[in-house]
Amino acid sequence: MSIIYDALKEVMDQAGVASPPALTEDTVIVGKDAVLDSLGVVSLIVEVEQALDAKHNVAVTLASDKAMSAKNSPFRTVGVLADHVLQTIAETGAAA
Amino acid sequence: MSTDKQVVLVTGTRKGIGRHLAEHYAKKGYIVEGCSRGDAGFEVENYHHTNLDVADEKGVKQWVSGITKRHGRIDAVLNNAAIASMNHVLLTPAASANRMLEVNVTGTMLVCRDAAKVMMKRRYGRIINFTTIVAPIALAGEAIYAASKSAVVTFTRILAFELGQWGITCNSFGATPIMTDMIKGVPQAKIDAVVQGLAVKRLGTYEDCSNVCDFFMAKSSDNITGQVLYLGGIT
Repeated sequence: MSIIYDALKEVMDQAGVASPPALTEDTVIVGKDAVLDSLGVVSLIVEVEQALDAKHNVAVTLASDKAMSAKNSPFRTVGVLADHVLQTIAETGAAA
Repeated sequence: MSTDKQVVLVTGTRKGIGRHLAEHYAKKGYIVEGCSRGDAGFEVENYHHTNLDVADEKGVKQWVSGITKRHGRIDAVLNNAAIASMNHVLLTPAASANRMLEVNVTGTMLVCRDAAKVMMKRRYGRIINFTTIVAPIALAGEAIYAASKSAVVTFTRILAFELGQWGITCNSFGATPIMTDMIKGVPQAKIDAVVQGLAVKRLGTYEDCSNVCDFFMAKSSDNITGQVLYLGGIT
């Protein structure tokens, strides 16, 4: 979860977006009241992927066919994204 | 780990243009990470080879991940790997067409995608995707190969707009015919006819290719993006 919080803060900093008072699992990433625009979401996903690889030696593609065609976006909140990350690692067996 | 040397990825380095580019940039002091489906068959200082099919999504991901861990950066990508099957379209099997699209289009996309994710971090990158003059001259007998390379040009033009904000330039390059294995099956009369249709009536050289790549890769080329450069007067 800390990887997602750190990545979100970095992307918001780079985009010059003011952080909400506190980032939580319910912080919205995609959809109404999202803290990022669409390009910010792209940056966030890449940032999380790169951090997983650099810090945990886990090379995954979070924007898989399944993720991109899901009825409910797996990127919609911080908590949902965290679940998606764990599920992707488990499914791909990417953990070192 | 991060190196002070620039890191360039070159695909399809086992022979021909790819091998020349690998050796050219290794001699210039770049760290060159090359790949092809088979062993390199040559050794040069600053060159490291990986056996890889660029259409293998997982393999490309692991290749780029390993390079990032070893060097901490990627400065340029030269997507040279490609396959061609020169057949009349009426004699082209679907499997052959699909394989060309898979390697030439999807493979190019995969390497661009995973390398760009690394380039974004440093807000700098140069991507050069190889196309061919047989697309603009509509050379009979190369319909699927040319179509796949037209796709590469369009992909690269749009990629330039998607990645420009991170300081990554994306351009395509189409050389005139060079006597590589790829065109060894093409009748000499056909090659002669293509050369006669050029503004400069000679075969291409490996140095033609490195000259264009040097230009696109220059730091001062930061506003040259989304372009396709054909040699020999072809537009």
